[in-house]
Amino acid sequence: MYEVEYQQARSVADAATLLAKTGGKALAGGQSLIAAMKLRLAQPGTLVDLSGIAELQGIRREGDAIVIGAMTRHADIASSAEVKRAVPALAALAEGIGDRQVRNMGTIGGSIANNDPAADWPAALVALGATVVTGKRRIVAGDFFKGMYETALADDEIITAVSFPVPKKAAYAKFPNPASRFALVGVFVAQLPDGSVRVAVTGAAPAVFRASGIEAALARSFTAEAARAVAVDASRLNADLHASAAYRAHLVSVMASRAVAACG
Amino acid sequence: MSIPIAMTVNGKAVAADIDPRTLLVDFLRTNLGLTGTHVGCDTAQCGACTVHMNGRAIKACNVLALQAQGATILTIEGLAPDGTMHPMQAAFKDCHGLQCGFCTPGMVMSALDLVNRHPQADEATIREQLEGNLCRCTGYHNIVKAVQQGAAAMAK
Repeated sequence: MYEVEYQQARSVADAATLLAKTGGKALAGGQSLIAAMKLRLAQPGTLVDLSGIAELQGIRREGDAIVIGAMTRHADIASSAEVKRAVPALAALAEGIGDRQVRNMGTIGGSIANNDPAADWPAALVALGATVVTGKRRIVAGDFFKGMYETALADDEIITAVSFPVPKKAAYAKFPNPASRFALVGVFVAQLPDGSVRVAVTGAAPAVFRASGIEAALARSFTAEAARAVAVDASRLNADLHASAAYRAHLVSVMASRAVAACG
Repeated sequence: MSIPIAMTVNGKAVAADIDPRTLLVDFLRTNLGLTGTHVGCDTAQCGACTVHMNGRAIKACNVLALQAQGATILTIEGLAPDGTMHPMQAAFKDCHGLQCGFCTPGMVMSALDLVNRHPQADEATIREQLEGNLCRCTGYHNIVKAVQQGAAAMAK
């Protein structure tokens, strides 16, 4: 790891000031960032640690939404009675991230700020029409995820929470890479309170995207068979040593059908 | 740049001035001489470096020591302070839940996190919850048996 300086932020405003002043990078749970720094893929001059900021913690119900503080650990989301009651698919998604040790450190805010193409959370945010709350503004999920490892966040902008509207039904189905547990393809299906259906896909392309063909099919018939029957265009999907684009395209409709089946 | 750090490790208060890039596992092994916590892959995959931070299993090779500022850390050495094996350690010995032994400290620390949350875990749960620990001798069968026996012994 290259040399780095370290600052502990006391509040969101303090963190923003420290990031602006140092040009550094915010440190959440560090489960991607520390690994990237060890590989010398990332070289921040300063780390601004957000772990001491109380206002970034916790899970609460606000009307028709579940609001999860940005520094809430995956393990705490997985075991939250509030989350299990309102959107069990979110708890199940959290329980499927990485492994136990990673879930004990990694946070929802860190994950979405990193926007790994194969991360699980982006699919949940986009499918549920979540809002990302920052120290400056509210950003709808569809506008937040810009591209591979790219988001709408400014360099000194801190995510404070994610607000998930409670859906009628939702489920996430993931085909994990057997070694990393990252999604080779992950599909989050949600039926929103207004009856519309959203299908968000992670792992298959440079960034999360909505599978509009499957959404249209499910709007006509919310069945596993309808999702499975959609042929997904492979032309803009990832191909790498783990899977070809055609295989990923196939998995998108298979995982979508499994998610619909799991919606019950 | 050197930063003061303080934490509680195996019940003892410790303090030092460290380079901010010091990993928790290096602080434990090099500064404190607690070499029971191993470095296997050094890329947060194998789990040999697993310790408990505030009661929860984490991978100490993927956490800065400064992230454990003020925390309570438990390492494998803290399980047997008077030289008597913890029931989980005894179960690994009884069940031959180790071959070369390199992954064992991490396996035992993960097993304890697991048993804390699932005191009566079945085989499938144990296998699922040990996802983050690799045994390159592939001795998983006896490891799972050991965790079940250790959990039963701890419940007594």
